[in-house]
Amino acid sequence: MSIGVIVFPGSNCDRDVLWATQGCLGLPTRRIWHEETDLSGLDAVVLPGGFSYGDYLRCGAIARFAPALRSLVEFTARGGRVLGICNGFQVLTELGLLPGALTRNRDLHFICEDVNLTVVSARTTWLQNYSAKGHLTLPIAHGEGRYQCSEDTLKQLQDDDAIALRYGNNPNGSVDDIAGITNHKGNVLGLMPHPERACDPATGGVEGRAMLQALLN
Amino acid sequence: MTVPRFQARVLVRLRPSVLDPAGEAARGAAARLGVEGISKLRIGKAVELEIEAADAAEARSRIELLSDRLFANPVIEDWSLELLDS
Repeated sequence: MSIGVIVFPGSNCDRDVLWATQGCLGLPTRRIWHEETDLSGLDAVVLPGGFSYGDYLRCGAIARFAPALRSLVEFTARGGRVLGICNGFQVLTELGLLPGALTRNRDLHFICEDVNLTVVSARTTWLQNYSAKGHLTLPIAHGEGRYQCSEDTLKQLQDDDAIALRYGNNPNGSVDDIAGITNHKGNVLGLMPHPERACDPATGGVEGRAMLQALLN
Repeated sequence: MTVPRFQARVLVRLRPSVLDPAGEAARGAAARLGVEGISKLRIGKAVELEIEAADAAEARSRIELLSDRLFANPVIEDWSLELLDS
């Protein structure tokens, strides 16, 4: 059982994920350079936060063409678990593995703060450990996290019970307060908040741990 | 025989239904500059490129593919293409 973290030029949370999964939780994890295509032996893949390829053009627009992501599409189709955090979430929408898009925050600010999140769905195993409590606090750090989608897509997300997390106090203008969504099948989760920054008591609490633990559930 | 070269400009705009906070901020600044009467200001992107292709139709179809798949995200953006002979 092991986890891969894809590293793009410009990723800056890959080491944070590695520290959280391997350092804090003891889950075997290896980093995968974006030019690699071999995802064999992995049970889960994390797309970390940062500014892949400088986020030129649009966030995640160029990362989408990385060789590793061609393999990721097959990996996902085979049922592999995929977690996209912040820039990773943006990449997943550009890649079409999750619907919608992430755009400039309503007030244009880069927002770096802890936010309260409501656990909307316990449909997938990603958030089952939180469903009893119903909410959690995680840090966000983004300038382009305003989730946008068509009304049809929003209805589909609602019908599929695919909205995973909502902001308690919407910081960026996201449609329907959406902070994170899952795909129809449930093996892909994308979210703007950073669970990996909430795994070490020394730096920001431990409320993100269960979400990363779910990578290998 | 030289391959014809075409110049093109692709304009990428946020869809009308998508809030453009940068445009709103610029509109606010325009008012502070004393320029009044601006009821709408939206900011997009212009991509200028040169492409070699057998003819205009081929150039157009390749740039359309690029616009759909790379320059614009159809979830939030529209685009239009101007193609010129060089």
